[in-house]
Amino acid sequence: MAVCVAVIAKENYPLYIRSVPTENELKFHYMVHTSLDVVDEKISAMGKALVDQRELYLGLLYPTEDYKVYGYVTNSRVKFVMVVDSSNTALRDNEIRSMFRKLHSSYTDVMCNPFYNPGDCIQSRAFDSMVTSMMIQVC
Amino acid sequence: MADEALFLLLHNEMVSGVYKSAEQGEVENGRCITKLENMGFRVGQGLIERFTKDTARFKDELDIMKFICKDFWTTVFKKQIDNLRTNHQGIYVLQDNKFRLLTQMSAGKQYLEHASKYLAFTCGLIRGGLSNLGIKSIVTAEVSSMPAWAEGLIIGLVTPTFIEPISSVGWGQCSSSRSLTSSSIC
Repeated sequence: MAVCVAVIAKENYPLYIRSVPTENELKFHYMVHTSLDVVDEKISAMGKALVDQRELYLGLLYPTEDYKVYGYVTNSRVKFVMVVDSSNTALRDNEIRSMFRKLHSSYTDVMCNPFYNPGDCIQSRAFDSMVTSMMIQVC
Repeated sequence: MADEALFLLLHNEMVSGVYKSAEQGEVENGRCITKLENMGFRVGQGLIERFTKDTARFKDELDIMKFICKDFWTTVFKKQIDNLRTNHQGIYVLQDNKFRLLTQMSAGKQYLEHASKYLAFTCGLIRGGLSNLGIKSIVTAEVSSMPAWAEGLIIGLVTPTFIEPISSVGWGQCSSSRSLTSSSIC
């Protein structure tokens, strides 16, 4: 269950960013922004030993004391960043991978939507509801 | 195969539709070709996103071009590109000896000058796909002769100064200042 989900375009501006709880949103925005550097480092040639070059999933980008940040880059250089609560130890790598695959499928659907111009912010309700299903339920 | 004919006929109608609804002077100044190319661009963007969803990350430009020639072309036109050549400096020549969208036209010189209308969409398709993968490019296509259905696409990457006008007679006359290395993928 994610705390914050962000989709970043290849020019490094956010296409979609959503966090729960909604206060302290700026903190999550800042975390996602700093994670972009780590993503760039991982996909550059320098980080050859760090991550398997052929895979789209980047794994844990960096941990903070409260949160862990995971990353995923598509072939079209669109980055997905997910922030998860550190206290949620039950969340395994496979689950994170499957969450990213779902994100990727939904993003592909948004891309093929004729009413969507590539480069605009994502406003699709279907995408919204898919992300809601992945976030922590706040009661 | 019934599904092939679907897109072929739709594409033909698309081209004639764009030309029929063209305003005064648009046919001459090439606005119609631009419209078709832009259509292909948007379609290419969406298609590439779908096709690269499950493939591994691309290592470099050549990897991307090979993907276009093999997987992308196979999925769209049910065959691979017959020949890929590059000068390793940003120009790639793709050659398709039996281009699906033109096979229905009669052999001979009668309709040769109209062939460019039917290539615009495909050029846009490639340009859109490449742009989504992060490569800015210019795609041009030409048909050398209808019976042989030889179509060469010249893709120049990033710096447009590499593109030189190619005469439509044969490949031997192009780019005399630079040699094209040939690497066919089969």
